[in-house]
Amino acid sequence: MSGFAHELPGRPLPAITPESKPYWDALNEHRLVFQACADCGTVRHYPRPLCAECFSLRVEWVESRGRGTVHSWTVAHHPFHLAFKGLVPYALVTVDMPEGVRVQAPWRGEVATLKLGLPVRVVFERVAPSLTLPAFVRDI
Amino acid sequence: MLVASHVPVNGAPLMLVSIAPRRYLPGIPFTRGRAMSLHKSGVISGVGETRYSKVSGQSVLALHLEASLAAIADAGLSPRDIDGLIPYGGIGVVAEDFITNFGIEDLRFSAHTPLGGASPIAAVQCALAAVSAGICRHVLVPIARNGSSGGRIQEAVEQMPQFAACAEFELPVGAFAPAQLYAPMARRHMELYGTTSLHFAEVAVSTRHNAILNGRAMMTKPMTVEDHQASRMIADPFRLFDCSLESDGGAAVVVSRADCARDLRKPAVMVLGIAEGHPDSPSAISQRQDMVGIGLDKCAPRAFEMAGVTPDDIDVAEIYDCFTYVVIRQLEALGFCKRGEGGPFVASGAIRLDGRLPVNTHGGLLSQGHIAGMNHIVELVRQLRGEAGRAQVANAEVGLVTGYGDMGDGSVAILARA
Repeated sequence: MSGFAHELPGRPLPAITPESKPYWDALNEHRLVFQACADCGTVRHYPRPLCAECFSLRVEWVESRGRGTVHSWTVAHHPFHLAFKGLVPYALVTVDMPEGVRVQAPWRGEVATLKLGLPVRVVFERVAPSLTLPAFVRDI
Repeated sequence: MLVASHVPVNGAPLMLVSIAPRRYLPGIPFTRGRAMSLHKSGVISGVGETRYSKVSGQSVLALHLEASLAAIADAGLSPRDIDGLIPYGGIGVVAEDFITNFGIEDLRFSAHTPLGGASPIAAVQCALAAVSAGICRHVLVPIARNGSSGGRIQEAVEQMPQFAACAEFELPVGAFAPAQLYAPMARRHMELYGTTSLHFAEVAVSTRHNAILNGRAMMTKPMTVEDHQASRMIADPFRLFDCSLESDGGAAVVVSRADCARDLRKPAVMVLGIAEGHPDSPSAISQRQDMVGIGLDKCAPRAFEMAGVTPDDIDVAEIYDCFTYVVIRQLEALGFCKRGEGGPFVASGAIRLDGRLPVNTHGGLLSQGHIAGMNHIVELVRQLRGEAGRAQVANAEVGLVTGYGDMGDGSVAILARA
């Protein structure tokens, strides 16, 4: 692995692969997409070359409705990476999406309101000229 | 537990042709009857370690060699007797370094077992396979690192191929350190089963108590539950005292063919059962269908079956303790208590030195030193030989040691006095 500017106090950028490029491109268009097998339809995340159900290499992309429920969470207090020093404490939620995969992303809400099963929806945040990340807010 | 298949293994290819390929060999568990092949196939003949410190002042290679020489001497062997080597991969020391420094004339076997903290026991399994196949007689399994003074382990972690998905998709949103990756597992366990930070504290406090008795531990100041609760939050729910140390040092073991046991300097410690297991979604905890599930859930039943013992037979256990929570979850996976009951199990005092299952009698990664769990194997061998000093468990005859690595890889060995 390479491609992270560890020596810079900037946010680490993903080392995008041919498999993952459509995912990152869609985030820049404020769309959350997942890989799906073009043969059996099984949705998978994170992007990778092969369907583990039918071993097909054929891929299509499905757009998420962006709504899910909280599976777990953490609150980062210690900045293990220089780029996040000014952001701590920050909460991250792991979200069950109805498509059958999970998304881990920052939580934009009160930590005290977090509980298993809490309905949430995705929002999009541009954090660098070429990078948009998902985040979650409470779905009312 | 493995279930004996009613379908002969040589019938499998027919099955494969006749069904849709949704799962490889559906309904046919991978089994050769009881997995007995490594039962009593070899012994741990020698153990050794260096000083554990924040600043070793030595190169990683020198630490490897120092720990290895101690283990080889403990076995009553010469460095030239080593004919198999399984160095810990990815830290810049390879089998060639040992050939050069030991003057080994005919190294017959070398391998890597890249399972993070589950590697040392996976390496012992690999060594047993090699010696029982007759490839070699004495396999050295060393690890050393300057994990404190030589740069943050975190930076190395991000470069590891098994962390590539995490580095691409979770590092940018702010989840990358092991504490941050494991925290959602612990939080879910807490929410589902009522596990609390006070349960974590019991692990930290009892481990520190043992470290103080050990004499080689980095942490020697007594810890109370209040100290644990007052330690700063790192990645909620993990406080500082839930997290393992960063250490300089090395440890090594020698695995020898079972028929070498009578030539050894010390009483041999026999391997009764050993296994490794990999979790589902091994490269991304967030995508794991059962987020609380770990590799040890899969391999613990296999190791117990191979050993022919049950959890009730275990006199002492050295449980990989990168985080306090990880000890609790492994105790469940090993069958010492039911899933979800690990918190109350430790709160009962069971894992204290005078409890019914003394755990981490050397002080573990939390308080002795983080030598990727090789120090856990060293300690278990000493317990079974009666060499564990002030933390010696009386009449320790059968013991268990686990490894836990990367995103939840597991390994376990059940050992006994030969």
